[in-house]
Amino acid sequence: MELIVAIGIGVLCSCGTYLLMRPRTFQVIIGLSLLSYAVNLFIFGMGRLRMNAAPVIDHGTVDPAVYTDPVPQALVLTAIVIGFAMTALFLVVLLAARGVTGTDHVDGRER
Amino acid sequence: MTDLLDHLVILPILLPLAAGTLMLFFDDRLRTGKAIINVSVTLVLIVLGVLLVLRAAGQVPGGELAATYPVGNWPVPFGIVLVADRLSAMMVLLTSILALSSLLYALARWHTAGPSFHSLFQFLLVGLNGAFLTGDIFNLFVFFEVLLAASYGLALHGLGSVRIRAGLHYIAVNLAASSLFLIGAALIYGVTGTLNMADLAVRVPLIGETDRGLLEAGAAFLGTAFLLKAGMWPLGFWLPTTYAAASAPVAAMFAIMSKVGVYAVLRLSMLAFGAGAGASAWFGQPVLLIGGMATIAFGAIGVMAAQNTARLAGYSILVSSGTLLSAIGMGNAGVTGGALFYLVVSTLALSAFFLLVELLDRVRAEGALLLGVTAEAYGDDEDEDQQAEVGLIIPRALAVIGICFSICALLIASMPPFAGFLAKFAMISAMLNPQGLAQPSPVPLPAWWLTGLLIFSGFAALVALVRTGINTFWVTMSESPAPVRAIEIAPVLLLLGLCLGLTVLAGPVMAYMQDMATIIHAPAGQIEQILNAPLVVEIGGDQP
Repeated sequence: MELIVAIGIGVLCSCGTYLLMRPRTFQVIIGLSLLSYAVNLFIFGMGRLRMNAAPVIDHGTVDPAVYTDPVPQALVLTAIVIGFAMTALFLVVLLAARGVTGTDHVDGRER
Repeated sequence: MTDLLDHLVILPILLPLAAGTLMLFFDDRLRTGKAIINVSVTLVLIVLGVLLVLRAAGQVPGGELAATYPVGNWPVPFGIVLVADRLSAMMVLLTSILALSSLLYALARWHTAGPSFHSLFQFLLVGLNGAFLTGDIFNLFVFFEVLLAASYGLALHGLGSVRIRAGLHYIAVNLAASSLFLIGAALIYGVTGTLNMADLAVRVPLIGETDRGLLEAGAAFLGTAFLLKAGMWPLGFWLPTTYAAASAPVAAMFAIMSKVGVYAVLRLSMLAFGAGAGASAWFGQPVLLIGGMATIAFGAIGVMAAQNTARLAGYSILVSSGTLLSAIGMGNAGVTGGALFYLVVSTLALSAFFLLVELLDRVRAEGALLLGVTAEAYGDDEDEDQQAEVGLIIPRALAVIGICFSICALLIASMPPFAGFLAKFAMISAMLNPQGLAQPSPVPLPAWWLTGLLIFSGFAALVALVRTGINTFWVTMSESPAPVRAIEIAPVLLLLGLCLGLTVLAGPVMAYMQDMATIIHAPAGQIEQILNAPLVVEIGGDQP
């Protein structure tokens, strides 16, 4: 499972980085989205990969080994929300740039 | 802890948040009301900043912190903690002073140029104050995003195709940097199991040899994200364009944004990778030193090559960042003390300069800039007619702007007699006497290079600024004086007045900075205190 997750993160990250370098604003925004998916999966991975383990600990004396680390899940949740908001904001600026400059090139003019 | 002053640490975050949210409920046409709310909240923030600094001034090296505040009343390594020491208290005060001057300037004209200016402005303050006060890495990320989200809106304030184009690059670069920040924070959490900065400092020396590579990779990712904000070469390519495109009051406020990156680098590198970090001690210091020196050189060349005043100011920001980063990279408490003084002076002076840029542009007649450039390019200055050379009446507004500009130029170029010179002198003196003035010791080679670069960057700034001054005030023979309102020149006078105050009071201020630097370089007592921070309300006992 570790290998599959690692390859998945790597593919997402490399595709995202490639698209980020492209000259069209739409490619840039898709690249940023892919990159943020890769980062979110990576944060999950940093809490160690566990199957069928709950993150919320019950009351009383419990064995922490049967639970998964809740902190990365909270971090991912925050990162997803922030990433989503920033992507929406970037989309608005992208549309404004398209409207004002008449082109979807990131420099606002075709070379 | 029931006294209101015990909640002092969280007020600089809560107050602008409440004010910004409140102002969202009102229509943008109620500008006067919003302006009154905004100015009064900013004034209260200055009072809070002064209180924090006064509290922190009672601190002795290794002694008591100004204040800690466990948010949500969780005990320290588990919950988020806010920490106000000398450094963060000073940065909060500096932020609120810049906020007041930028805001007053904006009231003249700029706040009408787009929607929700006042709310965005307060949200920017939330992010800045939060980033300075937090003691938790992930919380730092959240506050970075708050200040960036507000800054995206403010950078686009006033719109126009130049701002939208620059804003597009700015947002894309910073979104990518946020990804790096998250990767770094996740790696550090994965290795050390903590996000609390003080707890991290305790755990870094205990990390095993197998995990050390991962930890340092995480720190490098975090550092890249911070250095991108600070504008270190080659990561700072976006900065001059964005700052030059932003409207004047926004750019003046942005003068502190690059310092947030410098602050984060200083705080984390000294806390987690300082002298007490075992095998990871001084990790990344060479990068800061060499990168900072490259930034100074790049910025100085940019300052001389800049074709308009706004870009010149943007490159001056790079020079200021580079100076601070390389001074931190020297890893010497004396140099850091001088650098902190330089940080305050250069931020105030550059903020004033960003406000002046627009007034200078107004002074210059439309064709004057072009005339100045062509005159320089072709050496064609002989056929200027000699009329009205004697007895030319200088309008009062022009005289005030001219004096402000020359003071500003001397501060940015770090020439005597003002505080910029004193700050650079303190840095160079500490670099050439690494063990203090009492003990002679060999001067390290990087210190000579950095000294040379600091002097060169000052010279470059002086050349460029004098050229700007000549083109603005001497070449231009505008028939009618530029319309400048009192509320536009008052913030510039406020900032420059503070710089002059710092020049006069350099002794006590430098003592404060040196103590601050000593604490930053030997944070053991501080770490212990943060980890043993008392809860806001004790759990159990008389509490339900």
